[in-house]
Amino acid sequence: MTPLTAHLLVAALLFAIGLAGALTRRNAILVLIGIELMLNAANLNFIAFWRYSPHPEALTGMMFAIFSIAVAAAEAAVGLGLVIAIHRQLHTTDLDHMNRMKG
Amino acid sequence: MSPVFYLVAALTLGGALTAVVLKNTVHCALALTAAFAGLALLFLGLDAQFAGFAQILVYIGAVAILVVFAILLTRGSETPQGSVYSRYSISGLVAAAAVFAVLGWAVLQSAHMLPNEQAVPMADVHDIGVALMGRYVLPLEILAVLLTAATIGAVIVALHEKEDAK
Repeated sequence: MTPLTAHLLVAALLFAIGLAGALTRRNAILVLIGIELMLNAANLNFIAFWRYSPHPEALTGMMFAIFSIAVAAAEAAVGLGLVIAIHRQLHTTDLDHMNRMKG
Repeated sequence: MSPVFYLVAALTLGGALTAVVLKNTVHCALALTAAFAGLALLFLGLDAQFAGFAQILVYIGAVAILVVFAILLTRGSETPQGSVYSRYSISGLVAAAAVFAVLGWAVLQSAHMLPNEQAVPMADVHDIGVALMGRYVLPLEILAVLLTAATIGAVIVALHEKEDAK
């Protein structure tokens, strides 16, 4: 197995774990954790492809990963702010109880 | 592959798996931090020093702390009684397994076509800075605006509203 294949398999497994977490957990914060894991798996793919590409000096994959890290940080801030706001309204973070869109 | 890779991959995947299966939300946040640290080590192993340290600073330093704050502010630190999984958890598991099967199949099928350059790429902070200020300056500026907007938006969304103001 080449190093790139090994890294891609690790990233695929990480993505599947994150997806399973996002789809199966009831707590909204745990769903956000799952989404963060999926974003991190994508970052690992970018870095691995950059490392083993024929033209790493173009820095394309590295730049993609750095921008993706920043966007994921913004997403985490807004997502957790939303969870706190919903908790203030409904006094729960259980997604099975968040079934109406009216505030 | 070196044994270090297998150790770090086991740390990452174990941390991620623990983060999504544990009952206590604070323990999940701790396991998530371990997974982020393992990912940073994987980045360092791929000769991406800047991305590795950015991963440590942004994810362990900021995102994990934000998650812990959100857990404590929503009183999620108590271990919940009963199931922590949603009603549709079986279909979620099936979907995740199917996604992994497709991804793994695609990776293994295309293994002989993937690039496999062994030369270590030179990408120090100087090169990354020059690229960010040169070719990628427009995305960088847009990202600065996005981060400002997201921070202000998060503060406004989570701002405490007075009961009589409604």
